[in-house]
Amino acid sequence: MINKVVKNAEEALKDIKSGMTLMVGGFGLCGIPENSIAQLVKMGVKNLTCISNNAGVDDFGLGLLLQTKQIKKMISSYVGENDEFERQMLSGELEVELVPQGTLATRCMMAGYGIPFFPTPAGVGTEVAIGKEVRSITFRGETKEYLIEKAFESDFAIVKAWKGDKAGNLIYRSTARNFNMPMAMAGKITIAEVEELVEVGELNPDHIHTPGIFVNRIFKGTQYEKRIEQRTVKKK
Amino acid sequence: MLDKNGIAKRIAQEVKDGMYVNLGIGIPTLVANFIPEGINVELQSENGILGMGPFPFEGEEDADLINAGKQTITLLKGASIFDSATSFGMIRAQRVDLTILGAMEVSENGDIANWKIPGKMVKGMGGAMDLVASAKNIIVAMQQVNKAGQSKLLPQCDLPLTGVKCVKKIVTELGVYEIVQGGGFKLLERAPGISVEQIKNATAGKLIIEGDVKEMTI
Repeated sequence: MINKVVKNAEEALKDIKSGMTLMVGGFGLCGIPENSIAQLVKMGVKNLTCISNNAGVDDFGLGLLLQTKQIKKMISSYVGENDEFERQMLSGELEVELVPQGTLATRCMMAGYGIPFFPTPAGVGTEVAIGKEVRSITFRGETKEYLIEKAFESDFAIVKAWKGDKAGNLIYRSTARNFNMPMAMAGKITIAEVEELVEVGELNPDHIHTPGIFVNRIFKGTQYEKRIEQRTVKKK
Repeated sequence: MLDKNGIAKRIAQEVKDGMYVNLGIGIPTLVANFIPEGINVELQSENGILGMGPFPFEGEEDADLINAGKQTITLLKGASIFDSATSFGMIRAQRVDLTILGAMEVSENGDIANWKIPGKMVKGMGGAMDLVASAKNIIVAMQQVNKAGQSKLLPQCDLPLTGVKCVKKIVTELGVYEIVQGGGFKLLERAPGISVEQIKNATAGKLIIEGDVKEMTI
């Protein structure tokens, strides 16, 4: 076994520097690496570029890093639900690149697959296409235009899984899999925080979502609030 | 004139047995409430679910189980979970049979604008651009006339586009329209109590009316 375990968030994130590009897993507040985000706030690293589907809410998720003005640029598909984000964006303090969600996921996936660029029809004829190569491609008998999109390059990918073993194998729970899985494969260095850290051999190899080869460091998170963004329920 | 539930109810008639369906936020979400008994469909949510069920009972909500609107939901029997890249794989590869989404404007050639109002806060396109670029069958649920009384069925969209030449059908408070080859909103049905005259007044783009247009049954 190759041991990927580090003691805590502090040790896992110790070489993240100001100005770096980070992928941060999650969809809304679902499956976000809470312990790592808290550690980034503590470290105070600045001018970060964050690739993440969303930007959290005012007082949770990446919203915490916006409050402390540690983020220089956000690359996301949807950034509503956050007043501080809006203020910084409109005042020009924060740079924002909006990317169609499927393109965002695939730019992560392709980084993990080692493929530098790919064609996608999303955004053809819209302002997303500005400055990008457009190619006419025949595929499955249909000719249409595609944008050429690039795989992301990031210094670190920070993901959250449900269970992980000491070799870095990961299992996600329910829809918290979301962007965590493609991002886990995509970081130059991938850091995984998990709710449960188990011995090797305890996870069924058939159930592994992310093989340990993609994970450089793994630690057990000490606290999970797992906040719900939209609590929708019906009465019994 | 149809209210939001009326629009959703009419769109539910377009949902056929065996379809995989993606429902956008807003009126489209309501469509799930009106799918007739005996019609088996699977709802896709682009954050990574096939087989999405209703909201959970109070106390049974799970922070790890949400839909693309970030609402807590449940899974139906036979549901599956996957990652975001896989989710858009099934969208791009046209495995999803029907996409229902809202719009701010639709043009007579099927262009749609629904993600950005310049000068206002821009929240992002989410998955809408991927959906409209690939889906074979897109139905738009929208209000035909804005608060200022202006039509949102236009010769050309004024707002930044989400996708080009992609909308197939539109259901509004006033009627059902099909986008025809070469451009134009062909009126298929009128909402209960709505006259062709009212529809003409509420459509800025090219309106095509052939013969007697029936009133919808919902």
